[in-house]
Amino acid sequence: MKAQGTVHKYGDNVDTDVIIPARYLNTSSHKELASHCMEDIDIDFTKKVKEGDIIVAEKNFGCGSSREHAPIAIKASGISCVIASTFARIFYRNAINIGLPILECDAASKEIKSGDEVSVDFDTGVITDITTGKTYQAEPFPPFIQGIIKDGGLINHVTK
Amino acid sequence: MGMTMSQKILAAHAGLESVKAGQLIEAKLDMVLGNDITSPVAINVFNDGNACSVFDNTKIAMVMDHFTPNKDIKAAEQCAQVRRFADKYDIKNFYDVGQMGIEHALLPEKGLVGPGSLCIGADSHTCTYGALGAFSTGVGSTDMAAGMISGKAWFKVPSAIKFVLTGKPAEHISGKDVILHIIGKIGVDGALYRSMEFVGDGLQYLNIDDRLCIANMAIEAGAKNGIFPVDDITREYTQGRFQGEPHEYVADDDAEYDEEYVIDLSTLRPTVAFPHLPENARTVDEIGETEVKIDQAVIGSCTNGRITDLRAAADILRGKKVAKGVRCIIIPGTQSVYLQAMHEGLFDIFIEAGAVVSTPTCGPCLGGHMGILAKGEKAVTTTNRNFVGRMGHVESEVYLASPAVAAASAVTGYITDPAKVK
Repeated sequence: MKAQGTVHKYGDNVDTDVIIPARYLNTSSHKELASHCMEDIDIDFTKKVKEGDIIVAEKNFGCGSSREHAPIAIKASGISCVIASTFARIFYRNAINIGLPILECDAASKEIKSGDEVSVDFDTGVITDITTGKTYQAEPFPPFIQGIIKDGGLINHVTK
Repeated sequence: MGMTMSQKILAAHAGLESVKAGQLIEAKLDMVLGNDITSPVAINVFNDGNACSVFDNTKIAMVMDHFTPNKDIKAAEQCAQVRRFADKYDIKNFYDVGQMGIEHALLPEKGLVGPGSLCIGADSHTCTYGALGAFSTGVGSTDMAAGMISGKAWFKVPSAIKFVLTGKPAEHISGKDVILHIIGKIGVDGALYRSMEFVGDGLQYLNIDDRLCIANMAIEAGAKNGIFPVDDITREYTQGRFQGEPHEYVADDDAEYDEEYVIDLSTLRPTVAFPHLPENARTVDEIGETEVKIDQAVIGSCTNGRITDLRAAADILRGKKVAKGVRCIIIPGTQSVYLQAMHEGLFDIFIEAGAVVSTPTCGPCLGGHMGILAKGEKAVTTTNRNFVGRMGHVESEVYLASPAVAAASAVTGYITDPAKVK
């Protein structure tokens, strides 16, 4: 499985309140959540995001609330992958559970810039910055988590 | 090699003799929790997965606390969806307006969690119950749905950081000052993926509400859970209350810790976290007397909405007036806290001071309702997060503090050391 798209770059500690503000949590509609994605950190995000685009951020991405609405909003807005130096643990779980691909890679998170064209190979964990020509190796998932991803998310995994 | 307290609880629930940090395990759950925001997403996942039964209708709790009493039509629809689900599957611990409280104040009070419990909740502050000697952690809605179906969850066994608390805290120093000090020291990802285990002779000076407050904010340091050993203070609180069978786990003497911090509680000062991260901690001595002018003070939440919190606020507000231009909102955590505060005469103190008393709700903490900030406004609040836009407008500011500091600040109109309000 591969992804390729334009990068939207953010810094440290991007919290779930800025990914999807609580004032919009009175719905569980994926489309509606996506229409407010990243609103409090990047007001133009929903206007500029295209199908397949990639979010790159630095440490502790997705910290704060456990709201699954956050990875849902990101996925439903068309983002194909989130790359960060580290993820907050509940966001990490939620992303895997709903099938939003995420990768931890410190060097990529520091060097890749907004607007770069990046491709990701999920089988090998290789991230390529097409704009700069540099490649990075992300941490592979443990086999147990690969199993959940292969089954198409946690619910399929527990009900199969 | 020995195990930490958290590892022992996980091992017991996974049916394993021992576990070690990094190991992936599947463990049996004693309680699965959701609220009016996270349960609807879990119910959708439950239904999409064609599930037709829950693992145990006595081990699921659904608490309508975030946008309740329903703040708008959409919030009402979400509660209606959960109410229908709870009815259909006969969920015994469904708490609606009238019985509900803020979930993390309510579950310990109702005895739904206790020493040795393993609990997951679709709310990040589920880590609160570690105060009772439980392993308890926040998850998302899909984990909640899977937990409701199977009664199990997967965990990566965490390593731990040990916090040795020593000494006796001075007047006006509460659990909130302890945890804000610690987060200020280690940062918002200082305990990422790990347990925070609190030990030491200073625990004797931390009542159950202080401990619930400290464990509550473990997530603000990125931790998987925060946990306290079970002692007489825990037993006094849980005996006759906890509906399950208590199991007291003790960390092995040779348990391994990634790091160890010694915190002398006697040296702590009232502490405030400045915008926009809980790690931006400053003591009141580092804040100028008229440096931070506030528009609102909120005293409540799953962090500080318990009876001792309200008493601490009342001690400051007794016979005083809330400063002109400040809105002071007091939110008892549960119906039982509400009744107790009322019987103790605390509401007279609050209302005569010019504060309002709200029904239990998470409301303003997450910018839901009941106290939203306008552009440029500042609030001192006993809640747990001060992220950008957390309590309202993206250009508003949230300062986290204890009930004593919030009450003192409500009186002066500026963030204030409670010792200065005589």
